[in-house]
Amino acid sequence: MSHLAVAAEPRTSTGLHSRKLAFWAFLGSECLFFGSLISTYLVYKGKSLVGPYPGHILNIPFTSVSTFVLLMSSLTMVLALAGIQRGRMGQFRVWIAATALLGMTFLTGQVIEFSSFVREGLTLQGNLFGATFFVLTGFHGAHVSAGVVWLWSLFAASFGGRVKPENALDVEIAGLYWHFVDVVWIAIFTLVYLIQ
Amino acid sequence: MTTAAAALPAREAGPTGLWSWAATVDHKRIAVLYYFTAFAFFLLGGVEALIIRLQLAGPGRHVVSAQAYNQLFTMHGTTMIFLALMPLSASFFNFVVPLQVGARDVAFPRLNAFSYWVFLFGGLFLNLSFVAGGAPAAGWFGYANLTSGQYSPGHGIDFWALGLLTLGVSSLAAAFNFIVTIVNLRAPGMSLMRLPVFSWMTLVTSFLIILAFPIITVALILLMFDRMAGTHFFVPAAGADPVLWQHLFWLFGHPEVYILILPAMGIISEVLPTFARRPLFGYPFVVYSGIFIAFLAFGVWSHHMFSVGLGPVADSFFALSTMLIAVPTGVKIFNWIATLWGGSIRFTAAMKFALGFIAMFIIGGLSGVMHASPPADLQQTDTYFVVAHFHYVLFGGTLLGLFAGMYYWFPKATGRFMDERLGSWHFWLTLVGMNLTFFPMHFLGLLGMPRRVYTYAGDLGFNTMNLVCTVGAFVIAVSTLVFVANLFRSLRAGRPAPPDPWGGGTLEWSIPSPPPEYNFAAIPEVRGRDPLWLEQRSGPAERRGARGLRPDAHIHVPAPTGLPMLAALGVALVPAGLIFGLWLSAIGAAVMLFGIYRWAFTPI
Amino acid sequence: MSTAPQPAAAEPRERALEHPHPNAAKYLTVATVLAALTAIEVWVYYVRAMRPMLAPVLLVLSACKFSLVALFYMHLKFDNRLFSALFAVPLAIAAAVLLALMALNGAFAHFVGR
Repeated sequence: MSHLAVAAEPRTSTGLHSRKLAFWAFLGSECLFFGSLISTYLVYKGKSLVGPYPGHILNIPFTSVSTFVLLMSSLTMVLALAGIQRGRMGQFRVWIAATALLGMTFLTGQVIEFSSFVREGLTLQGNLFGATFFVLTGFHGAHVSAGVVWLWSLFAASFGGRVKPENALDVEIAGLYWHFVDVVWIAIFTLVYLIQ
Repeated sequence: MTTAAAALPAREAGPTGLWSWAATVDHKRIAVLYYFTAFAFFLLGGVEALIIRLQLAGPGRHVVSAQAYNQLFTMHGTTMIFLALMPLSASFFNFVVPLQVGARDVAFPRLNAFSYWVFLFGGLFLNLSFVAGGAPAAGWFGYANLTSGQYSPGHGIDFWALGLLTLGVSSLAAAFNFIVTIVNLRAPGMSLMRLPVFSWMTLVTSFLIILAFPIITVALILLMFDRMAGTHFFVPAAGADPVLWQHLFWLFGHPEVYILILPAMGIISEVLPTFARRPLFGYPFVVYSGIFIAFLAFGVWSHHMFSVGLGPVADSFFALSTMLIAVPTGVKIFNWIATLWGGSIRFTAAMKFALGFIAMFIIGGLSGVMHASPPADLQQTDTYFVVAHFHYVLFGGTLLGLFAGMYYWFPKATGRFMDERLGSWHFWLTLVGMNLTFFPMHFLGLLGMPRRVYTYAGDLGFNTMNLVCTVGAFVIAVSTLVFVANLFRSLRAGRPAPPDPWGGGTLEWSIPSPPPEYNFAAIPEVRGRDPLWLEQRSGPAERRGARGLRPDAHIHVPAPTGLPMLAALGVALVPAGLIFGLWLSAIGAAVMLFGIYRWAFTPI
Repeated sequence: MSTAPQPAAAEPRERALEHPHPNAAKYLTVATVLAALTAIEVWVYYVRAMRPMLAPVLLVLSACKFSLVALFYMHLKFDNRLFSALFAVPLAIAAAVLLALMALNGAFAHFVGR
């Protein structure tokens, strides 16, 4: 990825930035990845031979708050993007840090939630619900974590002058990743938590 | 950053030395790396096949133990598909596509290098299993729950699953690269319906890769969790269903076979018109058929599972969809034949292989359509009939197609011709050899000889045919040696080749052989399909086309860098550490992150 | 005949500062709707009367949230349709795979009377 000015990119057949094109293709690919994980969860739903079962363990109020936190982080992300696109570096830094912090809040919520599940007897090895639940939400959480690292990197790089309005595309792409991770959670929250 | 003045001689001495190869981001050199690495793995897979055939040459033989035999057929299949055929195709994507679309390189040159190095390291890791406790031995499709820790103790399956996960990263990265290259870096005037068919097939194949590989990624992850984390994704005693593995695997596996064949079909679609001196008949039909095949590829997977007991509704659905997918394939074949009809055929080695492709692929396709019927398939499945089918389509199809491409584009890549006489010997020996090896397998299968058996009883009527198969395999081996001899001789002392040795119509023939580092001195403007033929027909007054442009004054060539190789090493070490110790994974992750960060913040 | 490379099909339209863009107020509105939809989802979950139609209602609500984020935050509504296609087609395939796997594992058996 280059930090040279966006305007210096060679003209392309579609008029679209190659990196943005590549990234959307990547997000399409990720749909199949999460789709397969969600499929595994749904195929094995109700097939655990022993508990704990979803109805006993899942804490809808708690997870609703986590969901809300992640949704709001998408808002802060677009505000960060708007900031850098308008050249308001201060705004950019505030909102991208907010996004990262909200992401970390979500992850903390996940950790708290998962620890309590484990204490109540839900484990990877215990039953199919544990296995499918933890692998699905675990990979989602790993994606969020990678996103958090990415966001903090952009935050740090903006101080060194390596992230500037001319390369707002870098932030836009990070934003696409972040929103995607949010959108996957919307699917998981509905299919795993709400429709039991 | 380097710049190239326009007046450089065509055959400039490129950078030399090991580091120039390790740090290259030039698609043409990466193609060469892919080619020789893939070919080496092809020879390895071939040796595995020869040992298999020696073991099966007669009943009750003991050339290898049953356990060793299982490792051999597993590694033969895995190697040929993932380490030979796919990377050989990648070698062609790399060399040809930027030239055909009129670009100076792929969209992401460093990502391109990264793809190659991950392939190399992944392939080495997979084969490390031979000396690290035993290669995987559960077949190239690793059915659960044979692959569980209980039934496959040791690390063989771990090497298999982790190796494939690594190789998947390589394929995915390359696929994203080629999608963007073809969509975004075409020369002015090259609309999608003017794209050469090989580039079209590369685009379709790349989409298949990015959609199918995530599915097997999940399957392999679930398998590794079962093997290393104590989960029960495929353990019946916990209420799980091993058939889920089959669904996930074949949801990937069927698109995978189209990933394997479409590039070769693309090559044929270039070679046939050139040596028939006629444009491809029905270009839009060939292109749309390829796209249709790709869509349908996701709707046929359970035809690999007709004996599992999915029920009549599922079986019927997949039987219908499988028969349907034969149609666009047939359309392509008719179009190729129509291209030849009335053409002025030149029987060069490349053309022989292309014609051989058509014939052998038709045979493979016919046995495939036979499989599409569940009642018939109940007898054929898991017998040598299936082995015959897929070797006809993969050897007779993909491999013959790749050889056609080698003879066709070798002069462009090296500036030398391959020897036509040796090429002819290679072709005929290959054709005879492959038919000797694989045709009897149809009958063996119908007689009931199962797949993946390390020996058989002597009174079942299998003996003579198996011997014939083994003889055929050695004929193939000889033909391969002929090719290798031709390859190395031609590299050193082949007859010099001009920019356009065959009278081709696509853009790669408009630049010197071998091409300069920057490919095109001036990016051409394209006014139709087969731009060079168009230009010849239009005559000298219309010389705004591919040849004769004044060169660009300032050409930026991406600088070489070792960061992609470093990042690839990191990527390969992470899964390796799951076998050798997590400290290795930690090092791998650190190296990977360092490599990626430096790469991300270094301008190209 | 010029020496410069001929222009490609279109100028890059993603220039950083010239972009037609929803403003912060629009984004805040979307965020409010997303929060409201989430609240409704949770409410529906707890209302006993809604149990019979829980699944379809929740699927519709979450599809709305998904679309809002994709169209506005990911900017698909305002961007080139190629991006939408690159996302929508794989999404459709993923959904089809999901439904197929569920069907093959008997999830919809009671709908077909078996």
